[in-house]
Amino acid sequence: MIYFVLQILVLVGLVMTSLAVILFKDLISAAISLGASSLILSLQFYLLRAPDVAIAEAAVGAALTTAIFIFAIKASQREEGYR
Amino acid sequence: MNWEMSKIVRTVTDIMVVPIIVYGIYLIVHGHLTPGGGFQGGAVIASSTALLIIAYGSFRDHKADLSSIESIGLTLFIILALLGLFLGATMFHNYSAGTGGLFGGTVPQGINPGYINTGGTVPLMNIMVGLEVAAALSLILLMMGKASDSVEVEA
Repeated sequence: MIYFVLQILVLVGLVMTSLAVILFKDLISAAISLGASSLILSLQFYLLRAPDVAIAEAAVGAALTTAIFIFAIKASQREEGYR
Repeated sequence: MNWEMSKIVRTVTDIMVVPIIVYGIYLIVHGHLTPGGGFQGGAVIASSTALLIIAYGSFRDHKADLSSIESIGLTLFIILALLGLFLGATMFHNYSAGTGGLFGGTVPQGINPGYINTGGTVPLMNIMVGLEVAAALSLILLMMGKASDSVEVEA
């Protein structure tokens, strides 16, 4: 039962953080939401008994790609928009 | 790089970098016993590099050092694979499992907690892959940081 509830919570959080990524106009906030989405996805991998994939997802998705996105946003402009 | 985050962030980074690196080394060395392995441990070690770069914002140019470490890791990995070809039967043959040398202990029958001194060439290959992945991902982060530093942003 606790497993079922936890899995529902994880899936709802995954959808909400993924929606936040595309709704934010501030790109730094969107990148950090993408990191949170990766972290929740790694929790889902752990619940599905793939701890190997969960470690790789947490390290690469939540830490490294967020850092690279922040570097790219710093070299560009922070707000989303067309010129 | 021309930013530096607050003293709170830098202090927490100083405290957290050492456990992150130790956890990465644990993942690499216990790769043949527990979940994890060379890639995962190397990615965890490289995330400590990301933490340091973002918190401090300035770094020396370690491109040559990291590139050398990456090349050494890959070369030793290929040498280990070819040793399997020459000492054993096929490429990647596990020639040192159960021979009593380094990582050459014999695994007892039945349920056991897992012994670190087993596995033959598998832990050595995990260590080589860990070196390669940690150096390569740190190099990617350093190069991205350097490139983002040299771009002039129009207001």
